[in-house]
Amino acid sequence: MSVDKTIFEYSSPGRTGTTLPEPDVPTRPVEEYLGGENLRDDLPLPELSQVDVIRHFTRLSCANYSVDVGFYPLGSCTMKYNPKINEEVASLPGFAGLHPYADESLAQGTLKALYDAQEFIKEITGLDAVTLQPAAGAQGEFTAMMIFKRHHERTGQSRRHIVIVPDSSHGTNPATAARCGYGIVKVPSGPDGLVDLDALRGQLNDETAAVMLTNPNTLGLFEARIEEISAAVHEAGALLYCDGANMNAVMGWYRPGDNGFDAMHLNLHKTFSTPHGGGGPGSGPVAVKEYLEPYLPAPNVACQVGRYYLDYDRPNSIGRVHGFYGNVAIVLRAYAYILSLGADGLKAVSENAVLNANYLLSKVKGAYDVPYDGRCMHEFVASASKQKDLGVKALDIAKRLIDFGFHPPTIYFPLIVPEALMIEPTETESIETLDAFADALLAIAREAETDPGIIHAAPHDTPVKRLDEAEAARHPVLRYE
Amino acid sequence: MLESIGASSVAELFEQIPAELHMHGRLNLPDPMSEIELRRHFAELASANCPHPSFLGAGIYDHYIPSTVPAMIGRSEFYTSYTPYQPEISQGTLQSIFEFQTLICELTAMEVANASLYDGATALAEAALMASSVTGRTEWLVSECVNPAYRETLRTYAWASGHRLVEAGRDGIVTDFARLAEKISDNAACVIVQNPNFFGTIEDMAAAEKLAHANGALFVVSFDPISLGLLKPPGEYDADIAVAEGQSLGIPMSFGGPGLGLFACKQKYVRQMPGRIVGATTDTDGKRGYVLTLQTREQHIRREKATSNICTNQGLCALAATVYLCTLGKHGLRKVAELCVARSHHLAEIIPGVPGYEVPFKARFFKEFVIKCPKAVAEINAAVLEQDVIGGLDLERFYPDLRDHALLCVTEQRTDEDMDALVLGLAEAVRQ
Repeated sequence: MSVDKTIFEYSSPGRTGTTLPEPDVPTRPVEEYLGGENLRDDLPLPELSQVDVIRHFTRLSCANYSVDVGFYPLGSCTMKYNPKINEEVASLPGFAGLHPYADESLAQGTLKALYDAQEFIKEITGLDAVTLQPAAGAQGEFTAMMIFKRHHERTGQSRRHIVIVPDSSHGTNPATAARCGYGIVKVPSGPDGLVDLDALRGQLNDETAAVMLTNPNTLGLFEARIEEISAAVHEAGALLYCDGANMNAVMGWYRPGDNGFDAMHLNLHKTFSTPHGGGGPGSGPVAVKEYLEPYLPAPNVACQVGRYYLDYDRPNSIGRVHGFYGNVAIVLRAYAYILSLGADGLKAVSENAVLNANYLLSKVKGAYDVPYDGRCMHEFVASASKQKDLGVKALDIAKRLIDFGFHPPTIYFPLIVPEALMIEPTETESIETLDAFADALLAIAREAETDPGIIHAAPHDTPVKRLDEAEAARHPVLRYE
Repeated sequence: MLESIGASSVAELFEQIPAELHMHGRLNLPDPMSEIELRRHFAELASANCPHPSFLGAGIYDHYIPSTVPAMIGRSEFYTSYTPYQPEISQGTLQSIFEFQTLICELTAMEVANASLYDGATALAEAALMASSVTGRTEWLVSECVNPAYRETLRTYAWASGHRLVEAGRDGIVTDFARLAEKISDNAACVIVQNPNFFGTIEDMAAAEKLAHANGALFVVSFDPISLGLLKPPGEYDADIAVAEGQSLGIPMSFGGPGLGLFACKQKYVRQMPGRIVGATTDTDGKRGYVLTLQTREQHIRREKATSNICTNQGLCALAATVYLCTLGKHGLRKVAELCVARSHHLAEIIPGVPGYEVPFKARFFKEFVIKCPKAVAEINAAVLEQDVIGGLDLERFYPDLRDHALLCVTEQRTDEDMDALVLGLAEAVRQ
């Protein structure tokens, strides 16, 4: 659906979209209370009727593609179906109406859920302690890097100022480490798509603070030499961090904490099906080994003889990373998801995610280059380099997929694959959906040979056609005027 | 499916993980719950909470959420989409963010706003980091009347990123800018002031502005969005960066999260701003549309040289705030602010009539104020709770000199009955 107007163009003097009570207490003019010099002259907000507000935003919603509309194989983002029950239970007034400074005795329900969620995360990751404060994956990474930094300070190793990241890593990894004051060194991937172990060894020394790895990595491959990597990292006295963005592939099969990782974050909005919300709120809990536990943010949720409480008594903590205790309502959804699946259910999630990805890979690998051939985990990276020779780029293929009714995959990431198409089907898709998507990709590959014009003109039936992003950046228009 | 893959079993697919790395045994988790059981379990947990009407504020507020807000953010076309990487099929999210940015600019009288950050505390930390990258200076000077939890977050970020946080300037429940000025140096990247401050007091923002700009520092303001229904907005007193917790704008309290980090600044600093930004442009037919823009600031392009590591915004919460501000509009937001002022001042006038209690500081406030109690706040609050309302925040936990002082918050949600119950509880506490 096309939306031609902004909400501001519906404004008309005197309108409002809700009713409010009159102040039923004795009152004087606000100037007397607040001081005339502190008051604003004008409040230039729009004036709208309720029906205009509802129609406008309902129409806008119809201009969105979403998981509830169709297949959304956005690699690395794990766009799985979000069960409705989780929305319902997390929104109960008993949870939603609770003030964060309410006495702990009034918050036992929420605190128990948070505590149990911490316990579940420990079990799933194989690590020993958890903080739920980080509000998103990137903040989880930041929290973990600060924990490492504090550990090095406390153990007389402040000289460690370098963080090593693979060239296939998420952009948040180097950006996060840099904001902790670390220098960044990039380690190349080998011809098999895995970390080049010799290159890594060559870069490790007594200035290395940490190595950040995603496992399975962003190519959808399991870093099989993780034990050797871990040995090398720890021998150099550095710490090993797991970017848990791809945990959806390995639940119940593999636990990073069992194999040398010192800390990791989880994206609850990926692995544990909390909705992505058009870009948030997410939640990025961090799990660590026992010896790092003292450095976790304060407060943390603790339990003593059946009473749950917020533990502020953490003298070695890095401090707060959030105004309160993190995105609690998101943790509640993830907690509901884990409870509804249990151990076998979570394992089945990963099995179906890996099965779906390999099935899709088997369907499309003839038509598209797959630089790291063979089996994949929960996602794979194809390349449109063949199609590019015909003048059709990954971007064009993405736009043409929209015509077929699908959300495009992640494109141009990871950076080490030219014309990358990063495809993550997730476990919640049926074989019929996967077949339909594969057929669309194959049809587009044929079009690239026979009728590239139709691909270049895509998308055809969207509310807007391709947008001029260069112009948007050159002459930024960031508000309605 | 396995035949197409050429595998004999699903287990074979997991041979990519070396056998010795496989998890031993089974995850130790509770048995799975059916929907019925899950609903029952959550109902039990929810009833173990006690969300009585409360006089707590201190950063998270019980403001009314109009029916339009849950109706719109409950549309799964919004909440099951992701960051709008493909603008042609994300115009709903993109246009609503563009409108959000506009509304925040209108509310604050600032020139540009981003698509939102995590919460008020982290938005303030991002503002301080941005001030350092704009000025090349490494000290952050913050009034001690800024929310203590925000200052704790600032401390964490300052330590991690190699900046120095200087906290000073409190005189009772207001900032003494002369005292704050004693702590400023020529290495100050920013002066950070909250208005109304943590105690609800309206600060002298002209003095704050003068202190910052006379010393070449950026003026960073943390504001309460509801207060801007009446109070002079940060843009009118020349703030360089204005940030806030936006939870008041249509988002449930939910034990403190998710919130919504509002972030606005002057146009000249837009390329140093953290987070997502949406801009207007045109499509190949010349039709207006919206895209994520100025992305060369961001981590997925710039990696370690990005302005911030932040990846997403607080999307759905920003949508809630957008619908909230559109529903209330010019008249509604002003009225909410007026109700807060009228009701909180009404309570502040009653309380000194309760034997043993006083409102010890004479200061202008918006919706929160400090009372002095005749005994420990915990004891008082226990008596108040017996009247089925939750009392104020014990200030001693953050300010040891404010022993027996509580911070009370009154929003438009608090009724006469709630206030009567509170007053009764306060009186009972003295009798006990």
